[in-house]
Amino acid sequence: MLARRVLIGVPYLWLLVLFLVPFGIVLKIALSDYALSIPPYTPTMDFSQGWSGVKRFFAALDLENFWFLSEDDLYWKAYLSSLRIALISTFLTLLAGFPIAYAMARAPQEWRPALMMLVILPFWTSFLIRVYAWMGILSNEGFLNQALMGLGVIGTPLTLLNTDIAVYIGIVYTYLPFMILPVYATLERMDESLLEAAEDLGCSRLSAFWSVTFPLARPGMVAGCFLVFIPALGEFVIPSLLGGSGTLMIGKVLWEEFFANRDWPVASAVAIVLLLLLIVPIILFQRNEQKQREANR
Amino acid sequence: MKTRIMLSAVLAMAAGTAGAEEVRVFNWSDYIDESLLEKFEAETGVDLIYDVFDSNEVLETKLLAGGSGYDVVVPSASFMERQIAAGAFQALDFSQLSNAGNLWDMVKQRVEIYDPGNQYAVNYMWGTTGIGVNVGMVREVLGEDAPIDSWELVFDPANMEKLAGCGVHMLDAPTEMIPAALAYLGENPDAQDTDTIEKAEPVLAAIRPYIAKFHSSEYINALANGDICVAIGWSGDVLQARDRAAEADNGVEIAFHAPKEGAQMWFDMMAIPIDAPNPDGAHKFLNFIMEAENMAAASNYVYYANGNKAAQAFLEPDVIGDPAIYPTDEVLDKLFTVRAWEPKVQRSATRMWTRIKSGT
Repeated sequence: MLARRVLIGVPYLWLLVLFLVPFGIVLKIALSDYALSIPPYTPTMDFSQGWSGVKRFFAALDLENFWFLSEDDLYWKAYLSSLRIALISTFLTLLAGFPIAYAMARAPQEWRPALMMLVILPFWTSFLIRVYAWMGILSNEGFLNQALMGLGVIGTPLTLLNTDIAVYIGIVYTYLPFMILPVYATLERMDESLLEAAEDLGCSRLSAFWSVTFPLARPGMVAGCFLVFIPALGEFVIPSLLGGSGTLMIGKVLWEEFFANRDWPVASAVAIVLLLLLIVPIILFQRNEQKQREANR
Repeated sequence: MKTRIMLSAVLAMAAGTAGAEEVRVFNWSDYIDESLLEKFEAETGVDLIYDVFDSNEVLETKLLAGGSGYDVVVPSASFMERQIAAGAFQALDFSQLSNAGNLWDMVKQRVEIYDPGNQYAVNYMWGTTGIGVNVGMVREVLGEDAPIDSWELVFDPANMEKLAGCGVHMLDAPTEMIPAALAYLGENPDAQDTDTIEKAEPVLAAIRPYIAKFHSSEYINALANGDICVAIGWSGDVLQARDRAAEADNGVEIAFHAPKEGAQMWFDMMAIPIDAPNPDGAHKFLNFIMEAENMAAASNYVYYANGNKAAQAFLEPDVIGDPAIYPTDEVLDKLFTVRAWEPKVQRSATRMWTRIKSGT
């Protein structure tokens, strides 16, 4: 009995240590005030004063920083702009990733491990170096412009680097494996006799794809979209290296709160709001999925 | 190496004493002649662990989070002022700094506004924020009498409209650009009130459409390659671009000017964190750097002026004799220093900067 409880307790312990405790710390900083000290916020927990210290600590926490966020339209604009960039790039990643995953799942059995390897291979080099490589490709004197000009497609170099287009390219490139792998996993497990059955019943290959393969791949696509959308929303490195001065994203705003304003409490409040904005739609979506699954049963 | 660590660990445990003495230094990237690091180890027998950073913000976050583990850090003076107030540093023990007499009074006096009594830090290098130009390209666009030694060059929209064609970069730092715009307007560049600071906004917003990029390091390469014709940047960086262009022999001639209306003078200061594991070792390192020959070797290598008077005797003629590195007295009088802003003022300046850059 005890052994079983321990076994069940382990995942909850990890959840507590790796998610709830850090979240609690960030939430606490978000409720604190800026201070010129080490660490740069107040109050800090002082156990030496016993119970009265703890009471004073909780009394000093307030929601002021969250009200502040609602006063300035910068934060909303940055959230919306991040949301737009994340949605568009998730869609583009799906568009690019699905055919690759489909081709992999349809490839001969003996090729699949090698193809899988090729998808994972870029992870073996540093993410930062790969983003820098894109700077080399997209710059005015970069490979892409030189190639296009060499072929006579364009007369003057295209401005790609430091634009939103470069940000989309960077995000799609970086997160493509996160889309391919779950989609591939669902497609590979698919029972091919279903397709044969569809064709026997008079479906064309195209309509068999739309009425059989596509719906069955949906869980993989949903998982892939979440894996891309969530990190893309808070992305900082890609917009700061590939994006222009006008690219407004919440990751950059967060950086400025933290480093330029040195305001850890406001930075933490921005992070908490971002988390809430992400968690609420995900929970609603999963509820909906659950209901549908139960209805289908 | 591994056996040495193991052995010293065992010995340390057995004898109950610490292993080989270590000192950890955190300095800006590309900011020292690295042979000095070996020289320090050879002279003192102390193991030197030398790490680098590339922004004041990164250093400050480490210091304010506490427990950085470094013995010597090198913040810029205006950042250091705030860090001193936060209690991040320990007062220097001048009895351990026999070379302190080598320091330059002019620099000591100027950094006193950040560190009253020069208690917490000694100056390492200093420089100015000014305008780097590709002389040929700018003259071609604006004519022979282009005002390359004036803020007019970059803050007068009429000039910028023409220069936009050949490319203008600007530092992505409100703490540099706002004081520069105020100097151009004839306002106090060290203004601490939001009302004065906001006067810089229309100046910067008016030239925003002509700026190709806001970035604090890319201009070195861009100037050297001839991709851009003007950059507002730091003296040493522009000089680095000048030397790269000269080495490449690509016909690009770069010049740096601290504008005549006044330019910001900044200082990078060596200080010892309050929780430094080895403050004695830190003092040894500071004393080593303050030795005239060592400090001169560092400046000869990085092309920045230093705050060491005695070191000037050992400087190469192309360092001490270059007015872009060691400005003439006349220019020196015009240089201004800028103090750290209050949190509220800083916030409104950051916000203003975002508004200028992104229009939001």
